[in-house]
Amino acid sequence: MSNKEWPLYEVFIRSKSGLSHRHAGSIHAADDQMALDHARDTYTRRSEGVSIWVVRSSQIVASDPAETAAFFEPAEDKIYRHPTFYEIPEGVENL
Amino acid sequence: MNSNDALLAYVLRLGDNALVLGQRMVELVAAYPELEEELANANFALDYIGQARMFYAYAGELEGKGRGEDDFAFLRDENEYRNVLLLEQPNGHFGDSIAKLVLFEAFYLQQLEALVHCTDKRVAEIAARAEKEIRYHLRHNTQWLIRLGDGTAESHGKAQQAVDNLWRFTGELFAADEVDNVFENEFDGPDLFRIREKWYATIAAVLDEATLTMPEDAWMASGGKAGQHSEHLGYMIAEMQYLQRVHPGANW
Amino acid sequence: MYTQGLDQKDKSAPQRDTLETPEQLEAFQARIDAEEKIEAKDWMPEAYRRTLVRQISQHAHSEIIGMQPEGNWLTRAPTLKRKAILLAKIQDEAGHGLYLYSAGETLGVSRDAMVGDLLTGKAKYSSIFNYPTLTWADIGAIGWLVDGAAIMNQIPLCRCSYGPYARAMVRICREESFHQRQGFDILRVLCEGTPEQKAMAQDALNRWWWPSLMMFGPNDADSKHSAQSMAWKIKRFSNDELRQKFVDVTVPQAEFLGLKVPDDDLVYDEKSGHYRFGEIDWQEFIEVIKGNGPCNRQRLGKRRKAHEDGEWVREAARAYAEKQAAKAAA
Repeated sequence: MSNKEWPLYEVFIRSKSGLSHRHAGSIHAADDQMALDHARDTYTRRSEGVSIWVVRSSQIVASDPAETAAFFEPAEDKIYRHPTFYEIPEGVENL
Repeated sequence: MNSNDALLAYVLRLGDNALVLGQRMVELVAAYPELEEELANANFALDYIGQARMFYAYAGELEGKGRGEDDFAFLRDENEYRNVLLLEQPNGHFGDSIAKLVLFEAFYLQQLEALVHCTDKRVAEIAARAEKEIRYHLRHNTQWLIRLGDGTAESHGKAQQAVDNLWRFTGELFAADEVDNVFENEFDGPDLFRIREKWYATIAAVLDEATLTMPEDAWMASGGKAGQHSEHLGYMIAEMQYLQRVHPGANW
Repeated sequence: MYTQGLDQKDKSAPQRDTLETPEQLEAFQARIDAEEKIEAKDWMPEAYRRTLVRQISQHAHSEIIGMQPEGNWLTRAPTLKRKAILLAKIQDEAGHGLYLYSAGETLGVSRDAMVGDLLTGKAKYSSIFNYPTLTWADIGAIGWLVDGAAIMNQIPLCRCSYGPYARAMVRICREESFHQRQGFDILRVLCEGTPEQKAMAQDALNRWWWPSLMMFGPNDADSKHSAQSMAWKIKRFSNDELRQKFVDVTVPQAEFLGLKVPDDDLVYDEKSGHYRFGEIDWQEFIEVIKGNGPCNRQRLGKRRKAHEDGEWVREAARAYAEKQAAKAAA
């Protein structure tokens, strides 16, 4: 049965101008235009959006949870990238 | 017919069209071919019920007898309904519903676009709101008719049959009577002759893309706009009005 | 609740279980205990995954089947405003079914497969939707009692350990906040109406009260999978705890409406601050779960027919999409 299912799409919604699109959920659709309509009718029933992106779920490339440590932990010890790393001498302003 | 009577009659027709179509769509709830289409069609039905409420509320004000939206919806007999026959036809299968919606909405969108510029301010305001809703419906439903027409042999056959069956109800959309004429002349209302030309071009293009054949213009059914309906409307109204009729005067 | 069927035996053979090391299981439980969320691709015990698939899909099926009893009054709603509200509510249920199927799909099972299990009768859905809606007051009772009971269950699920499920529940709870109120509002107007309307409201409470209490599932002593689900933080409160909470908040609301809860044993216990209530007819509950409720066949029959009637439509859309893709490639 499942090979006949309409493909799965991920839905991203911009809730208002100035904000990024955010993942809202997913829907099934036979084609791209239908996917946009379905995303609209499913995820913006309460005026949740001003812009919608849809993308086939199979097209998303994701990082591997098993490699989370190797992928993300090396960033953790680079504390000098954060402003709180630095001491500001007393009396210095606007820094 | 004076202009006030024509305005009231015209607004009621708009309300009746919206309600009768909305009620037909409501009958289909929990029976659509896919979950996402269930949501789409509930949105569309909500749009139509909302439009009916706005038109009826205005009709009540025009009439000035204290009737509100529910009096028009639930306490009029079928011969007082003035919707076109196309909309009261039973649902049939998904292809029948889609064909009905495309044939009607291609007309209704033109009608609303014209009404936005009519001289009655309230009608123009309601039309401006409805026009946005119907523009989306028509696009969605048109795409479906194309998918069905150009899909499988089975869907093509069903879509063609649906268009053929419903075609005889399209003439009434454009058959101007006294109400249409007075409304056009006194309120700068839609010119049905011009709307028909645009409708015909739209439908021809859609059917062509859907690889469907446009039916020959033959005999056209009419009567809905004059309160002479098909047998189907009576049942729909009896079901819809049941509670109000059994409990006269009750609040809900 | 929407997942009463979980208390039945888990039949699928746990083959992958044997590949799971004690270290893996321990590390997983540590994440749960630390209130970390588990995400779709994370390592998880097969039994955890299977429990979630069953719970989420049963929850989804309940939303979809639950459209029918209310849909039964959509064409007969007494005013246009009530019609619009009811349609919006039923549409939400379709949407919630959809969100939940999506959450289920993140666990590697297709919506088609989940729906297939519903249509063949393999998967369960909440027993409550196998009762008929006989009057308009039943629409009020469903909103007030059934949605009221559902909220009790669903709010803790917003903190469920599985991220996609928890996120779906957050959206669902937000959207459902008007559902219970519209039901109560229907009954309030009926209770302030004619004697016939008030009688209609009482009759609805009489018929829906006990099935609503059954929604929380068997007593804790008879609930087989509860302990594991609690340890995994899929479930946060026991069946009996939630049922008691529901009775405690609902009885005063019935009093406000001037309706009598159909339980002669119902009494407020000053000392504990809780209502004590009579014994549920568990035989009726078991029969309904087994398929012998008043509407089981009707509900499943309608769903099957909609699915079968829609096959040519879904097929047409697929065929059209393939043709268009071929054209674009050419």
